[in-house]
Amino acid sequence: MDAILLQVLNGLDKGAAYALIALGLTLIFGTLGVVNFAHGALFMLGAFCAVTINKVLSLQKVVLSQTETTAWGTPLEIRTPFAQEWFGDFGLTIIDYSVPLSILLAIPFMLIVGVVMERGLIRYFYKRPHAEQILVTFGLAIVLQEIIKAFFGANPIQQNAPELLQGAIDFGAMFGDPGALVYPLWRMVYLGFSVVVILSVFAFLQFTTFGMVVRAGMADRETVGLLGIDIDRRFTIVFGIAAVVAGTAGVMYTPILPPDYHMGMEFLVLSFVVVVVGGMGSLGGAVSAGFLLGILQSFASMTEIRDLLAKVGIVGLDQIIIYLIAIVILLVRPRGLMGRKGVME
Amino acid sequence: MLTLFTKSSEKSDLLLLALFAIVVFAMPIWLAPFGAAYPDLMQRFAIFGIFATGFNILFGLTGYLSFGHAAFLGVGSYTAVWTFKLLGMNPIPAIISAVVVAGLFALVIGFISLRRSGIYFSILTLAFAQMCYNLAYSVLTPITNGETGLRVLQDDIRLFDAPTVGEGAPLISHIGGIEMQGMPGFYFCAVLLIVMVGVAMRIFRSPFGMMLKAVKTNQTRLNYTGVNTRPYTLAAFVISGMYAGLAGSLMCVIDPLAGAERMQWTASGEVVLMTILGGVGTIIGPIIGAALIKYFENIFSAFNDQTLDGIFSFLPEPLKEGVVNVTSLFVGDGWNLSLGILFVLIVVFLPGGVTEGLNRTGKFILRRFGIGRDPENEEKTSPAPGE
Repeated sequence: MDAILLQVLNGLDKGAAYALIALGLTLIFGTLGVVNFAHGALFMLGAFCAVTINKVLSLQKVVLSQTETTAWGTPLEIRTPFAQEWFGDFGLTIIDYSVPLSILLAIPFMLIVGVVMERGLIRYFYKRPHAEQILVTFGLAIVLQEIIKAFFGANPIQQNAPELLQGAIDFGAMFGDPGALVYPLWRMVYLGFSVVVILSVFAFLQFTTFGMVVRAGMADRETVGLLGIDIDRRFTIVFGIAAVVAGTAGVMYTPILPPDYHMGMEFLVLSFVVVVVGGMGSLGGAVSAGFLLGILQSFASMTEIRDLLAKVGIVGLDQIIIYLIAIVILLVRPRGLMGRKGVME
Repeated sequence: MLTLFTKSSEKSDLLLLALFAIVVFAMPIWLAPFGAAYPDLMQRFAIFGIFATGFNILFGLTGYLSFGHAAFLGVGSYTAVWTFKLLGMNPIPAIISAVVVAGLFALVIGFISLRRSGIYFSILTLAFAQMCYNLAYSVLTPITNGETGLRVLQDDIRLFDAPTVGEGAPLISHIGGIEMQGMPGFYFCAVLLIVMVGVAMRIFRSPFGMMLKAVKTNQTRLNYTGVNTRPYTLAAFVISGMYAGLAGSLMCVIDPLAGAERMQWTASGEVVLMTILGGVGTIIGPIIGAALIKYFENIFSAFNDQTLDGIFSFLPEPLKEGVVNVTSLFVGDGWNLSLGILFVLIVVFLPGGVTEGLNRTGKFILRRFGIGRDPENEEKTSPAPGE
């Protein structure tokens, strides 16, 4: 029982990342009809927002000590971050919380990146064949990746969660069985964060006038345009929002996975599968398929199940289960779990 | 001359192929001034030429964009190395088995992926390729030797040549004593390239090819006329998978080593880029694209700050430093950045690739000097109203 719960939790936090990227993907897809192969790169850009903020905050002032010397007899260098020098202990707290704080940078930055991307490049491709849309966004993904690589190098850069959130929660202790179910605190934060983001995107689309117009545009773009509404401008903003969702997902994921320049592409392939399984153009489908596939993947990597499968002669199912499920779903329900009729056919 | 490349008829095909053969076989001569006339690079031209030609049969003719073609390249490589291990170092059985196995893989993957078209198809093939990569990288380690890569060992069975070759003899594939490395290796690949291009030409010209082009132009209409397009697209998919398998096996003929990284999505993206750069749907375009990319990859990734210093030494010192710093972003390790930018630029400005560019300039020159003016052509080149 504990093991099953643990796997569900494990699956949920991985699924949360898939769901967030897939949500943005399907949002762009449903509004603009473009498959954005650069969406993984946006996730990666978000993660590197966190890296940048951390680097900037921990800029250090180096003073040569007058009295102390190192073991080699040279004057000892005293390094103090500027943040500490200016704000004292509060500065240290700021550095500690660099990852959550990066969201403040990531939101405007990703919004700008998204809008520039859409206005500057992607809008010229609405009327061109799908193959060319895929190719141009794919090329863009390579460019973004390589720019990041040129600035930050090819190695993963470790980011730490705030000290307060680094520990683990002992769920077992809450139910009178300490140690039975221990789970890292940050992953719970991530899960909570993604639920909040997903709910707010849905609320935005469901309860605001802007969201209503966007939904109307998704259903019938031409008619909304004929009613005198500038739907293109709203769709541009939707693209920006999708970029923000992917970017903040990347920011919060950094303590779980040290970011490197090609992390986006690995997530992108899986997120595509998630979108296809959930059904192209269906937001609910994308989110639920994200969590579903995340949980299934973590179940397939459970030791017990692996042993069981190994006895039947199946090894390494956890590596390929997502793809297998996608194939089965597409064969049985070609539109995906919640796909709408007439989208991209 | 230009019309020979653009409008080909049954008659000009053989002539064109002969011309192509001459150009390919003469590569060691005319590539020498470009510093590209060494066997290793020319082998890659030929191998990736085959790969891109095969990809073009699918993408160029049917319009189905596969994003997982590297999987077949990898399958071909693994099969070839296993054939070396079991049967001996003769490349012929390795190539045949690689093509057959890659074709079988393509049959299965194509059967499933082709149930959807457009974006779904691209994503499905991408997922399949990524699955194959995961399988090769970790799950099937007993067969693929995981991240170390599969190689031929001295104590492998090698049914046919283990007894004849003495202990410690180098493990290089050979036919009749000719080792498939250096120039013989290049000529081996070149012959296959020419043969495969000939086959591709036949396919382009055949009724089958016409049917594939019809699929690209208007599949719905074909369906309404009562034609089941699935068998045609599946055949195209399998053929192009076999081309990829052949290319993969040739890589192993030259260097008997197969690794999972050959199946990664970057490799799939590269062949798409080659085809686009050269010109989708033309015979010669993908080969030009493959050669250009491999050539510049070779030249640019060898650059480092010292060589750049040498090149820009004519500039005054402070200016030179800036120029070197900026250009070093795009060469050496940054070669992929230039590749990505090139990719975007080509798709945005020249979707027809280099061949279209050559065509346009050719027509421009012809019109400029008033030669070969025919009204039909002019009508086509002038922009349609409303564009």
